[in-house]
Amino acid sequence: MLAALFDNPAAMIMLVGALVGIASTLVGTFLVLRGNSMLSDAIGHAIVFGIVIVWLATHQQSGPLQILGAALTGLLTVVLTELLVSTRRVKQDAAIGLVFPVLFSIGVLLLNLYARDVHIDTHTVLLGEIGFVWLDTVTLGEYRVPQALLSMGAMTLLNAAFVGVFFKELKLATFDEGLARALGLAPGLLFHGLLLLTSGTAVAAFDAVGAVLFVAFVIVPPATAYLLTDRLWLMFVYGMLVSILSSVSGYALAVAWDVSIGGMMAVMTGAFLLLAFLVGPRYGVIAQWLRRRGQRRLNEIRTLAVHLYNHEGSPEQHEENVTRALREHLLWDDAKARRVVARSREQALIERNGEALHLTPGGRELAREILEPGRRAADGQG
Amino acid sequence: MMASLLSLLNDYTLQNVMAGAALLGLISGVLGSFAVLRRQSLLGDTMSHAALPGVCLGFIIAGGRHMGSILVGALVTGALAALTMLLLTRLSRLKTDAALGIALSVFFALGVVLLTHIQGTHNASQGGLDAFLFGQAAATLRADVWIMAGITAIALTLVAVLWKEFKLVTFDAEFAASQGMPVVWLEALLTMMVALAVVVGLQMVGVVLMAAMIIAPAVAARQWSRRLESMVTLAALIGVAGGVLGALLSALSRGLATGPLIILSVSAVVLLSLALAPGRGLVWEALRLWRGRRRLRQQQVLTTLYGLAARHEDPVFRSEQGLIDSYHGLRTRTALRKLERRGLVEWGEAPPGEPGPSRRWLLTPAGRAEAERVLASLHEEGA
Repeated sequence: MLAALFDNPAAMIMLVGALVGIASTLVGTFLVLRGNSMLSDAIGHAIVFGIVIVWLATHQQSGPLQILGAALTGLLTVVLTELLVSTRRVKQDAAIGLVFPVLFSIGVLLLNLYARDVHIDTHTVLLGEIGFVWLDTVTLGEYRVPQALLSMGAMTLLNAAFVGVFFKELKLATFDEGLARALGLAPGLLFHGLLLLTSGTAVAAFDAVGAVLFVAFVIVPPATAYLLTDRLWLMFVYGMLVSILSSVSGYALAVAWDVSIGGMMAVMTGAFLLLAFLVGPRYGVIAQWLRRRGQRRLNEIRTLAVHLYNHEGSPEQHEENVTRALREHLLWDDAKARRVVARSREQALIERNGEALHLTPGGRELAREILEPGRRAADGQG
Repeated sequence: MMASLLSLLNDYTLQNVMAGAALLGLISGVLGSFAVLRRQSLLGDTMSHAALPGVCLGFIIAGGRHMGSILVGALVTGALAALTMLLLTRLSRLKTDAALGIALSVFFALGVVLLTHIQGTHNASQGGLDAFLFGQAAATLRADVWIMAGITAIALTLVAVLWKEFKLVTFDAEFAASQGMPVVWLEALLTMMVALAVVVGLQMVGVVLMAAMIIAPAVAARQWSRRLESMVTLAALIGVAGGVLGALLSALSRGLATGPLIILSVSAVVLLSLALAPGRGLVWEALRLWRGRRRLRQQQVLTTLYGLAARHEDPVFRSEQGLIDSYHGLRTRTALRKLERRGLVEWGEAPPGEPGPSRRWLLTPAGRAEAERVLASLHEEGA
């Protein structure tokens, strides 16, 4: 059963893709919430340098030690960026954009120099080859398990353990860094730990998706989740869901169209983000538009109610409280006036009597509430 | 060495590469200055990654590796990515950094998909599209150089014509709006012009390293200058110098990629500028700090001697070295020697008959006056 699974390339590819997404979501959620998303871009590029160095030193790429070594360059990027910012000569975004190209350039030049010794070519550096992950296997007991599955699985567990153990601390450090520091939680150290894990994930995911597509897996699923919920744990759930769905649908589409699998998976994360951006229940563009429209309509009805109430029983009532007067006094055009009157009648706030508009008791109550907000509370107490 | 350099300079390919690199440095230095000052450093990174799908689309539409359509494609998708980023931040709760990352990675992924689609259709002339990832400076043709020169000329003319407007929008957008300037359009134009720089950079450094080309010359120039005029000029010069240096190094090394060498050259200038620029340089600041600390130490030792003298009601009270050390909790001999050289203290004989070391420190009249001056200025500050 298990052996059949491990021998099924499609399943392996989708599983690795989903694991890349899940492991990245675990760390990326905090990056997105802290406003440090672009650090993943810097880390993704800078580990190229680390991977080349580690390869030249050990002639291996996928051991735990190799992952740690290359991951340290990711952390180095972050530290160098912070160092630049601390001189107060360079803003944070500029510092990020200065440091990673340097490390990336050195990595590419080393690839140039030792091209014969290094098994990675510059093409793979950027794109990865998730389609081939099932070719590179190790024997584990009686199963032949893809190498990428092992390292991604290990990184996923490591990230999950870190987030699980330090969940409270990470949450506090993310949302109230000052309080976290005051309580002695060392938010800086915690955050560096998180970035080291991000680098490790980037290294482990490198063969599968390369340096740049990795950024999509780190940022897009958590950002999608952020558009859907306010709860941190739900953000993780949604982010992982998006990762799994992107991996499966991306694989299917890539096979159908004969295009890059990793690229298509990353495009699918973008598609889900677009979906959340448009139709998200609370923060989606359509939901926002509906809410604004509802608010606008409510305001129109309230304006009409107040207008009618103000002139109720006054000598000019017969010329003020008619649809026609709304054009001059509220600057509404006829169509709008008719719409508002129709909606108010639907809600039984006004009645029409020939030309004249009258407030119902409910409408009068609404107008009074607006004009004398304290009245009802006072009545309640009285 | 010199002769080989000269023969290199006559090389047709190298001339093209150097001209291209110089043009890239020029346009990215000028436009990068505005981007960095407007805190949009990483937008260049996003737009350059987003140029990849445009390159592929241009290729597909033109049906071949036609430079013009590829550049237009890159320009369009780069601008679209900037627009996406803007819409995401305006219409959703996502912050700038997330929006930048999303636009960067998803557009790039789209580019990868299109790239593999082109490769899958086995188009014979598709060779070389990969090269836009890292640039392929060595393959620069004279025709490419002319296109780059044209784009650079357009960008520079726009900057020259709209100089006052761009300057105001960069430093005080609200004031610009109150003057009736079309701020939104000016900002959009400045942003879109970064896409022009990206297009020039595609051939030279590729989409990945373009970020540094936008940021580095501007950051380096900022260290040397406090005015926009000089900053933009300097950034352009630094960009050109870095570009040419990188191209030369690449030619001399035979086989090392030009793009990374250009980036490393420009970054080296940034490092030098951060360390050595007059006024803002980190080396000078460290030196100032060290001098200040030394002066303070001397003043402390001097006033200690003065205090001891006052307490003993003896203006030439002689203090032991060990006494002063323990007073300050650290060794003070260096500070005392410095004070001695300035003629403020003396390393005199101990009073006859007193036990202890035979030589002591005492204030000279000048030292007394200086200590009084220091104490008086301290009082003034305290008051």
